[in-house]
Amino acid sequence: MLQVGLAHFLVVSAILFSLGIYGIITRKNAVMVLMGLELILNAANINFVAFSKYGNLGINGQIVALFVIILAAAEAAIALAIVLNVYKTFANVNVDEINNLKD
Amino acid sequence: MTFYDIIFYLFAIITVASAFIVVTTRNIIYSGFSLLFTFFGVAGIYVLLGADFLAIVQIMVYVGGILILLLFGVMLTNKITNVDIRTGTVHLLPAAIGVGILFGALTSVMVYTEWKSEPGEIPLTTTFSIGKELLTNYVLIFELLGILLLIALIGAASIARREKE
Amino acid sequence: MTESLFTILSIIILFLPLLGFAVVLLLGKRLPKLYLFEIAVISITFLLSVIVMYFKLAYSIDRDIIASFNWITIGAAPLSGVLNIELGIKIDNVTVIMLFVVNLISMLVHIFSIEYMRGDIRYNRYFAYLGLFTFSMLGIVVTHNLLMMYIYWELVGLSSYLLIGHWFEKKSAADAAKKAFIVNRIGDIGMFIGILILFTQYKTFTFDKIFYQISQGNIPFNSEAWLTATGILIFMGAVGKSAQFPLHVWLPDAMEGPTPVSALIHAATMVAAGVFLVTRVFVMLTADAMLVIAVVGAFTSLVAATIALTQNDIKKVLAYSTVSQLGYMIMSLGVGAYVFAFFHLVTHAFFKACLFLGSGSVIHAMHHEQDIRNMGGLRKKLPLTYATFLMSTIAISGIPLTSGFLSKDGILAGTLAFGKLTGHWLIPIIGFTVAAMTAFYMFRLVILTFHGKPRDHHKYDHAHESSWVMVAPLVVLAALSIFIWYTPNPLSPDAGWFMSSWVKTPVTVVPENTRFEFMQSAVQGGESHGEIVHSPLYTETMHWAHYPAMIMSIVLAGFGILLAFTLYQWKKINADKIADRIKPLYNFSLNKWYLDEAYDATAISGTISLAKILSWFDNKIVDGAVNGSAWLGRFVSKISGLFDTYVIDGFVNFTAFFSGFIGFALRKIHTGKVQTYLVFVVFAVIILLLFFKPF
Repeated sequence: MLQVGLAHFLVVSAILFSLGIYGIITRKNAVMVLMGLELILNAANINFVAFSKYGNLGINGQIVALFVIILAAAEAAIALAIVLNVYKTFANVNVDEINNLKD
Repeated sequence: MTFYDIIFYLFAIITVASAFIVVTTRNIIYSGFSLLFTFFGVAGIYVLLGADFLAIVQIMVYVGGILILLLFGVMLTNKITNVDIRTGTVHLLPAAIGVGILFGALTSVMVYTEWKSEPGEIPLTTTFSIGKELLTNYVLIFELLGILLLIALIGAASIARREKE
Repeated sequence: MTESLFTILSIIILFLPLLGFAVVLLLGKRLPKLYLFEIAVISITFLLSVIVMYFKLAYSIDRDIIASFNWITIGAAPLSGVLNIELGIKIDNVTVIMLFVVNLISMLVHIFSIEYMRGDIRYNRYFAYLGLFTFSMLGIVVTHNLLMMYIYWELVGLSSYLLIGHWFEKKSAADAAKKAFIVNRIGDIGMFIGILILFTQYKTFTFDKIFYQISQGNIPFNSEAWLTATGILIFMGAVGKSAQFPLHVWLPDAMEGPTPVSALIHAATMVAAGVFLVTRVFVMLTADAMLVIAVVGAFTSLVAATIALTQNDIKKVLAYSTVSQLGYMIMSLGVGAYVFAFFHLVTHAFFKACLFLGSGSVIHAMHHEQDIRNMGGLRKKLPLTYATFLMSTIAISGIPLTSGFLSKDGILAGTLAFGKLTGHWLIPIIGFTVAAMTAFYMFRLVILTFHGKPRDHHKYDHAHESSWVMVAPLVVLAALSIFIWYTPNPLSPDAGWFMSSWVKTPVTVVPENTRFEFMQSAVQGGESHGEIVHSPLYTETMHWAHYPAMIMSIVLAGFGILLAFTLYQWKKINADKIADRIKPLYNFSLNKWYLDEAYDATAISGTISLAKILSWFDNKIVDGAVNGSAWLGRFVSKISGLFDTYVIDGFVNFTAFFSGFIGFALRKIHTGKVQTYLVFVVFAVIILLLFFKPF
């Protein structure tokens, strides 16, 4: 095994990102889609923090990551409110059955 | 293989494995709990990267806030009494192929790019510097995020509220 | 008071009325009492302008305050280099006095309107527009460059349009608003071209920079004729806005607007903006340009005075009187009596606003009767209105002890001196004739309105003095028509603070050989403030002209007043008989020199007949050509039609079929499911990654 460096963190982040995408695409339940989304955000955050240490971003990288976390919190709240609303309207939260966009 | 490396691989495996469970298991509750481990793993990686404050925030916000929110979402939108907390899947095959290729491409980009690598100055404890930066250079964004959170709060309440009959 | 505080105060003064306008316009429908906010704003603005004026005149009288910033920098345009367009304000003595005048009259008009406009359906909007107008007018006053001047210039035009057309349900009001706007446009075109000539030459809009360049001998296209032309072109803007002949026709029609608006815009402030513009560019006017300006002003005052002699609508008389007095100011600038022109602007603003508001009070009392033939005897019913109206009439007629006497006398002395120095005797002759006419028609108005016996008993019986809200502004304005505010000596303004220290004639910057000889400055070059501009010869001539002008103007005004009393009060001579005897002249005056008809016959019907000719040309020639080519086209198209049917159509049909087929196949992709779309996005990202080959 190699000495742990920047690339290792980036690869972990890439794996998380891909898994997140996979989750978003394959899950039917909207809440599960949201979980995939959180994974993607975490992947991005790992990148920021990694570059904060190994790149020349310095402390700024961590601050941006902090902002991303804040945005994720706001996004989760709104998204779950929307999910609840969808549930009220369609009586389920399966993304593949909500295809009114087609019409 | 130093101690640092061992710790890294430990957290990386925790993160990746639990994330894998999140996106593959059919039971939503299992997914939620695996997500908990993913978040902890990511927090560990943050600590390894010298971002102690961020790690605490990660645990507090993600585990304490977002994850609880997600579980509430699960409970409110599934018929618990009928134990229908399983989720169906779609596009399994194209997703697997696409994500596989995407992962390959991403990894190769990550590994083979010549990153400009001159480590920045990371202080030992970051809380002080982050606080200082937030209230000086980033104060406008800081304020804006405060307003954004308020709007999100009001917006979420107003979207999710029951219409008066 | 420091310079920056000055600047900030001036900017607050400028923008407060805009705030009032925005708030009242946006919220006026919800909150019917919001007009009080506008009035409060204007009152604060007025107080601030008093403060600014006091500190400027008391502590900084010889130092102007200029604040500016670069608004736009246009980098390295071909042939011109870097262009800097500045915005900024310039506070000099003229500005602070104008700030005071505009804000005072604006505030009084606001107060007057509370009662006068009560019950109007667009009450709040009316006040909002007043705020917009005040803002734009203040903008004209404080700006230090031609570009902003032009912008505010158009803004006052716009607010004037909105206020004239306040009762736009009435066709005459809507037409008058349109007329005012279009006629002003004609003048503004000239001004615009003039500004562009200056900008082309000097790459700046700022007054002081342009004047500095001219004083260094850098004149447009190296030609004195162009400099003269530029001066006259900019003066065209003043011709439109200050209602000078031949563009004065809009002002009498503008009386369709509410009377307080007439007082504020069409008597005291906006129409004076033209005069103000000429004072701003005064230093770059050549002798020829000044002569043109003097002649235009003199002719305007004569035309308007003759028309005012016979009008029967109380507001029309005042409107023509305004045109005539504006002609006076312009003439005064043309003959080089800069200080007296500005002085007359200020005094005229007060007493003419008083006259208009007084007429508003009369009209209000008479339930919107404007014809003086139906009035009479109102003295007993409206004692306060009568007293203030009479005071202002005495002032405008130029009787000693009034402000009007001081300024008018100065202007007449200026024309007299001009006549002696240059031999243009016609201008002073016109000036004195108009002075007599003014006294006559103003007293005719007073006598017919307030004296004698009531001619419409029904309306007379219902008339009553207006409430204090309307009378108080009248009293304030009438009080300002007394000499004591301007000078301690009632016979000569020279000793007064207004003349001796506040306002000074600026040093002209045009090349030596294009000045009037008497304009040669005694002190060459140097600072342009506080220097003596006129040669000793001019000063001497002014002294010589002072007493003859004073005596003649008093005698002529007295003669005009006596004539008015003889004709209308004592009825020694029957006015109608005289009118009959000089029927053609009387009709000529009554019909306003047939100018509107002349414009109808020339400009308007000219435009229409030009349109007819063009339409004939279109119908016969162009259409003929079109028809001919159409025939040719049909012939060609028949041939190509065959080609189309078989070759092109086949191809098109195939294309359509092919697209239809593809669309049918691709439609399946659009499932409406978000996740399916995401799959496509993922594949697209992969393709992009491969395409750019970063690894």
